[in-house]
Amino acid sequence: MMDSDLSPQDKKDLDKFIKFFALKTVQVIVQARLGEKVCTRSLSSPTGSDWFNLAIKDIPEVTHEAKKALSGQLPGIGRSMCVEISLKTSEGDSMELETWCLEMNEKCDKDIKVSYTVYNRLSLLLKSLLAITRVTPAYKLSRKQGHDYVILYRIYFGEVQLTGLGEGFQTVRVGVVGTPIGTITLSCAYRTNLAFMSTRQFERTAPIMGIIIDHFVERPFGNMGHMRPCNYRAPGEDEGAYNGVEDSQEVCTTSFSTSPPSQVRMSPLSKVDLCNMCNFRGGVHGEMGIPGKEGGVPQQVPVQPCHGAQAEHGRVSSCPPADHVPATPSKTLSRSIEVKGVSPCDVLETTFTRKVGAFVNKPGTQVTTASLDLPFAAFAPRAYDLEENDPMVQPPESPATSSPLQGSLHSQGSGESGGPAQDDFVMVDFKPAFSKDDLLPMDLGTFYREFQNPPQLASLTIDVSSQSMAEDLDSLPEKLAVYEKNIDEFDAFVDTLQ
Amino acid sequence: MNCRSEVLEVSVEGRQVDEAMLALLHTILLHRSTGKFHYKKEGTYSIGTVGTQDIDCDYIDFSFVRVSSDELDRVIRKAVGEFKDAMGNGTDGMGQISLEFYQKKKSRWPFSDECIPWEVWSIKVNVVNLANEQERQICREKVGEKLGEKVINIVEVINQHEYLPKMPTQSEVDNVFDTSLKDVQPYLYKITFQITDTLGTSVSTTMRRLIKDTLAL
Repeated sequence: MMDSDLSPQDKKDLDKFIKFFALKTVQVIVQARLGEKVCTRSLSSPTGSDWFNLAIKDIPEVTHEAKKALSGQLPGIGRSMCVEISLKTSEGDSMELETWCLEMNEKCDKDIKVSYTVYNRLSLLLKSLLAITRVTPAYKLSRKQGHDYVILYRIYFGEVQLTGLGEGFQTVRVGVVGTPIGTITLSCAYRTNLAFMSTRQFERTAPIMGIIIDHFVERPFGNMGHMRPCNYRAPGEDEGAYNGVEDSQEVCTTSFSTSPPSQVRMSPLSKVDLCNMCNFRGGVHGEMGIPGKEGGVPQQVPVQPCHGAQAEHGRVSSCPPADHVPATPSKTLSRSIEVKGVSPCDVLETTFTRKVGAFVNKPGTQVTTASLDLPFAAFAPRAYDLEENDPMVQPPESPATSSPLQGSLHSQGSGESGGPAQDDFVMVDFKPAFSKDDLLPMDLGTFYREFQNPPQLASLTIDVSSQSMAEDLDSLPEKLAVYEKNIDEFDAFVDTLQ
Repeated sequence: MNCRSEVLEVSVEGRQVDEAMLALLHTILLHRSTGKFHYKKEGTYSIGTVGTQDIDCDYIDFSFVRVSSDELDRVIRKAVGEFKDAMGNGTDGMGQISLEFYQKKKSRWPFSDECIPWEVWSIKVNVVNLANEQERQICREKVGEKLGEKVINIVEVINQHEYLPKMPTQSEVDNVFDTSLKDVQPYLYKITFQITDTLGTSVSTTMRRLIKDTLAL
């Protein structure tokens, strides 16, 4: 069918229908995956702004993403619009769940009336889409999204990509509408194998364009207090006709968060703009004649880059060492990333100084006392031949912890003491303030380590306990005899308690 | 014009009958309802807006979309309730509920208007009794999956775009649409049902046999 057989008005109308049908399709799909029930009101009087006579609200961010994907083009032959729905866990694993495809093939229906039949059939197709979006497996998953996982969407234009759906994916056809320039088909390919795969299999070369949809108030992926609701109001719009619909949409309050800031944008929303004015003119008997303004979103939604799950993990791991008290063996301390700057194993190659602190008890350890009077004397340059006996160099067998103060001081000292260029950490002896004690010279770290691992009580050993048990059993009759003899005393004692 | 007839079959537990029937009937009516028509003087008309809402089933792992019209919902619930009462509570049985879309054809006096069906949906229901909670839980999921398949079947049929009545003029609108509701306008429809007892015979067949036997004596 040549486009020239179509009247200019019909061509213009058809292009507009296809454009708004594509936008509404995206809205229906995304809203069905928000995780909450959708509810819109029927209106007996036409408002002139509801495309296809269906109350489908327009989430501005979704419209924006869809328009961006379309980039001024329309779905056509060889140019499909796809909405990909995927799942992402709090651990960062992701999995494609389904792909909705709006395509056009070359089969034309020359005799069909554009502004009547095509319009009504597109309306019917949207109703079918509403029904089918509740039937595919992703719907149930999206209703249960929350702390463990969220549902993402991505809109792209061009060739359909179904490889991410795994083997054995199923396809359901939502419907077809013939037009003079081709047949519009809407279908969904959905994953059937929901066994989770590793993230590596889902690494993409292209960034995810879509938005993470999460509707929960508490942020499961960490503190996302920087997110703000988007109170969007289109200026000069009459919202009176939509009050009821807006009220019903309060339950659809959603917030959006993003994964890596370079990839996605976040635009949470609490109110939804409904005033998507459309321009539709018909002149044939029985058609609608509803003048309206040109559609589109008059305002840009404020976009703010945000941190998502991966960034949140990064945030957690970069907490200041002073706040962190790891309980890791000293031998592995150098491998710990949580405590900055602590690396006792590395001190084999580093210069360090030791000072005697409170409760330090180090037999055989030669320590000068000259520096005991000097706070933070550990930072004074000094050489001690103590490496062989020093537990900081030769860590004791029992597990030891480093104090947070030691860690923080170490990180401060590392800059000042200036170890070898290739070493990151310099072990500095810690002399806490007010720790001078001549009776029990022992530095705090040593004290802490030794008292962390006291010897086991003799009475708790198995042999001792079994012996005592046997003895106890043997002595039991004698004890009972004594108690019976003194029973009056016990009764008198009990009476005094009452 | 031949009437298109579609048959859907489901097996459900007794307490699932209501929700299963509502899910399927509302899915069909969603596609067979438009906004209210408002005719203008020059012969054109405008159409109101149809809202939709999600409904979660309590006894089935299933959600469906229906038209946002409490009036329509009340009418459908009433019909389904009568069907369920006729089926009996908690007993095995089979029944069939039919949703028929028709057009009225005006006839001259003394003949009454003719109702010409153009699409009939028949839902055959087989009610089963389950022994324990585990079976009920499995049934919840299985019936949910089955209803999903039925919704896909319904959508497939509807999107074949076969016969639909022509859009009527203002004087003819009541012959094509049910204009009694305030917010939406479904095509003219009626809901009927018939019950089959556990012996597999319909009630009407049993009654006929009884009468014949009585006359034969």
